[in-house]
Amino acid sequence: MAMTEKDPVTGRETTGHEWNGIKELNTPIPRVVFVFLGLTFAFSLLWWALMPAWPLGASYTRGLLGADHRQDVSRALGAAQRERAAWTQEMESLPYAEIEARPDLMRVVSESGRRLFGDNCAACHGAEGRGGPGFPDLSAQLWLWGGEPETIEETLRVGINSTHEETRYGQMLAFGRDGMLSRPEIASVISFLRAHAQDVGEPDPRDAQGVEAGGAIFAEQCASCHGEDARGLKTAGAPDLTDGYWLYGGDRATLTRTLVNGRQGHMPHWEERLTLAERRILTLYVLGLKPAEGGPDDS
Amino acid sequence: MIARLTRHERQNALIILGLVALMGAVLGLAGRSDPLGWHGLLIVVFAAGLALPVLGALDAPEPTEDRESAYYDDPTRLGILLSMGWAVFGLFMGVWVAALLAWPELTFVDSPWASFGRLRPAHTTGVIFGFGGNALIATSFHVLQRTSRARLSGQLLPWFVLLGYNLFCLLAVTGYFMGITQSKEYAEPEWYADLWLVVVWVAYFLIYILTLARRKEPHIYVANWYYMAFILVVAVLHIINNLAVPVSFGQAKAYSAFSGVQDAMTQWWYGHNAVAFFLTAGFLGMMYYYLPKRAGRPIFSYRMSIVSFWGITFMYLWAGSHHLHYTALPHWVQTLGMTFSVMLIVPSWASAGNALLTLNGAWRKVRDDATLRFMMIAAVFYGLSTFEGSFMAIRAVNSLSHYTDWTIGHVHAGALGWVAMITFGSIYYLVPVMWGRERMHSAALVEVHFWLALLGTLVYVFSMWNSGVIQGLMWRTYDESGSLSYSFVDSLVAMHPYYVARALGGLMFLMGALVGCCNIWMTIRGASVSVPQDDRPADRNADRNLVAGE
Ligand code: HEM
Ligand code: HEM
Repeated sequence: MAMTEKDPVTGRETTGHEWNGIKELNTPIPRVVFVFLGLTFAFSLLWWALMPAWPLGASYTRGLLGADHRQDVSRALGAAQRERAAWTQEMESLPYAEIEARPDLMRVVSESGRRLFGDNCAACHGAEGRGGPGFPDLSAQLWLWGGEPETIEETLRVGINSTHEETRYGQMLAFGRDGMLSRPEIASVISFLRAHAQDVGEPDPRDAQGVEAGGAIFAEQCASCHGEDARGLKTAGAPDLTDGYWLYGGDRATLTRTLVNGRQGHMPHWEERLTLAERRILTLYVLGLKPAEGGPDDS
Repeated sequence: MIARLTRHERQNALIILGLVALMGAVLGLAGRSDPLGWHGLLIVVFAAGLALPVLGALDAPEPTEDRESAYYDDPTRLGILLSMGWAVFGLFMGVWVAALLAWPELTFVDSPWASFGRLRPAHTTGVIFGFGGNALIATSFHVLQRTSRARLSGQLLPWFVLLGYNLFCLLAVTGYFMGITQSKEYAEPEWYADLWLVVVWVAYFLIYILTLARRKEPHIYVANWYYMAFILVVAVLHIINNLAVPVSFGQAKAYSAFSGVQDAMTQWWYGHNAVAFFLTAGFLGMMYYYLPKRAGRPIFSYRMSIVSFWGITFMYLWAGSHHLHYTALPHWVQTLGMTFSVMLIVPSWASAGNALLTLNGAWRKVRDDATLRFMMIAAVFYGLSTFEGSFMAIRAVNSLSHYTDWTIGHVHAGALGWVAMITFGSIYYLVPVMWGRERMHSAALVEVHFWLALLGTLVYVFSMWNSGVIQGLMWRTYDESGSLSYSFVDSLVAMHPYYVARALGGLMFLMGALVGCCNIWMTIRGASVSVPQDDRPADRNADRNLVAGE
């Protein structure tokens, strides 16, 4: 027969079972357990009554409050849109000059712009818009396709070399790879470029060789896009090669790579992902970006 | 270990290993132009590696006649060592991914295997299935025998379960590095590994049933209820969630039988009950044996343990949809998940309370004995993380916590504070018993491990709570114009200090585990004392010595 015994600490009986020395007390379940079970069950009953809860074949109990989370979301989105309508309409329709004259709208530009830029643009252009190799430094305010707000707005809408039907299209040809220029010719053009550009970094002994020959090649091969004076051509998205700002780098090795293999950067289009108001906010926001102290950052 | 098998059993072991190797060879050949080929090779190498020692000892002396009159503890011993080995691997991977989140540039090898997405499942599988699973198998074999007073069923079967299970873990983890995954969290391995686990798991269940059937105690102890629920429900979850069709027999890739929101619901029904029956029920089984044993106290309330068992088993199965609040899942399913999660707090706290009240009369021991303190803290964290879980399951709360580090904090309050602590406590109790030593080599080192583990857990959990709440709030803060105030990157910058803290907390936890490994190693190397006379199964032919009373 199972022997129950009294536990000296609690004064309770054991159940009389033993497993390798483990015994169990015959303590009744404390009242609080039932109280809380009752409370949580009552809460559940209430919630089931109020909310959509139990399946009924093809349908379900709707709940007394008529709540439906899909409708809740659409309603909340609608309300948010109406609340924002006060300024989104102006942001979409007013000319840029007028927006710039309105402190209230410009506050939206600086606050929302920072967030929009961080979520959509910073991955390539950097949190401060300072760019990086292959990704333009926007704070330098040197524009490949032009710096009027309308032009930037259009760039945002269609992107560059993007999948948009009306995308801006730009390409630096692969002069070396495609056999248009020989290696020595490329070296001469580079000398020519470095002789005429500001801020080319470390001087290189090869810079002195072939500057003149390079000038001739430039006029023949490059000027059609970059301009006779190498100051770029905004309609083709061809950069100014004299301003000292290099998208990929102005040292001889990088320039050689650029001329041999060509370049074709990619900027997505935002027409489907951002609203017109958001694109216009971003336009003004990037126009307001300030370069780092001491000129464009090189990071 | 092999010495305890008869020559006939050794031959059978070779046949089984031969079949496994054959299976590996077939997979390897069929999948030779696929990563599957490597797994075929791995299976062959695994089987061959085990066959070698068996072959070498084939003609060794037969075991003595009386082997049936001792408990079968070899599989438990190896299971403990494997568990600690996986712990070091899994925790190290945890520290690695934690460091990657704090310092992403640490991805120093420009190779797919070294990317966060492949390392992370190696961490979760390493700790949950490698560390936790081996500990569950090892302790369940021990508890089953001691509370049934019967030797484990089968001579080869326990080895098949333990080693087969580790083969599954190996396939899983090596697969991630090669990019083999079906992208279901905690169920990443592909079809062939899943099928293998089914075979192993059925064998596991069989051992349990057969041994219980031979028990010499009239009643089944509650720990065994929990272990059995763990085995049975995990089998059901595993099979259903992994229903899939392979692209071909020669490819690792398979496509799930479910799609869309049904797939999501099946996955999180699985995912939540993996938490419930793997990380909770199994470890509750562990707690119900080792805690009263170490404390030398009777269980506070027999009735409460039974009621919580059925409460937990019944309610958990409904709760999975709280992982999918505010998704395409219909609202009514979310309501059910939420309400059952709220009710779930009651049996959960009843279990935690039962454990803590069992310690009444043993609090001095808790103060002096770090092993028991591991178990006590585990019960506290169990209470804490279940309260937190029920709270987070409320939709309004979840709208803040979901997708944030708060979830990660909750996970690790449960994983470090509950799962790992109860395991370490049980292992510290078990190692001297299993290797016939008086006590652990160094009580001071157990103490060091305890404090490293506790501190590491607190640092981890507090930093993730902070980070999670900040993150959640930043994602829902609007400015006057009705636009979001912060970009996602802003929230990343805000989390950086917490990520650094978490990595340090994890490092402490890992160091604690390493200290534990040294201590266990020294204990095993130390001098043995004789096994107590009564630590053996009841005589085979004796009648059940207790009359089944109730
Ligand atoms: C050294 C200690 C540990 C560290 C440093 C650590 C670190 C991490 C990190 C960094 C993540 C990824 C979080 C994210 O993606 O944001 C993670 C996820 C996870 N860890 Fe750990 N971990 C540790 C121990 C453990 C243990 C012992 C367990 C279980 C027994 C565990 C279970 C998990 C699980 C389940 C996840 C996935 C959580 C989710 O997806 O919500 N970890 N861990
Ligand atoms: C009453 C008990 C519990 C309830 C109601 C509960 C509830 C929850 C909830 C609401 C989430 C967040 C889901 C989301 O927002 O995505 C969650 C996540 C999680 N919980 Fe618990 N929890 C409980 C206990 C535990 C325990 C004891 C553990 C132990 C280790 C645990 C491990 C996890 C894990 C691993 C996840 C992350 C799943 C993932 O997203 O990968 N939970 N739990």
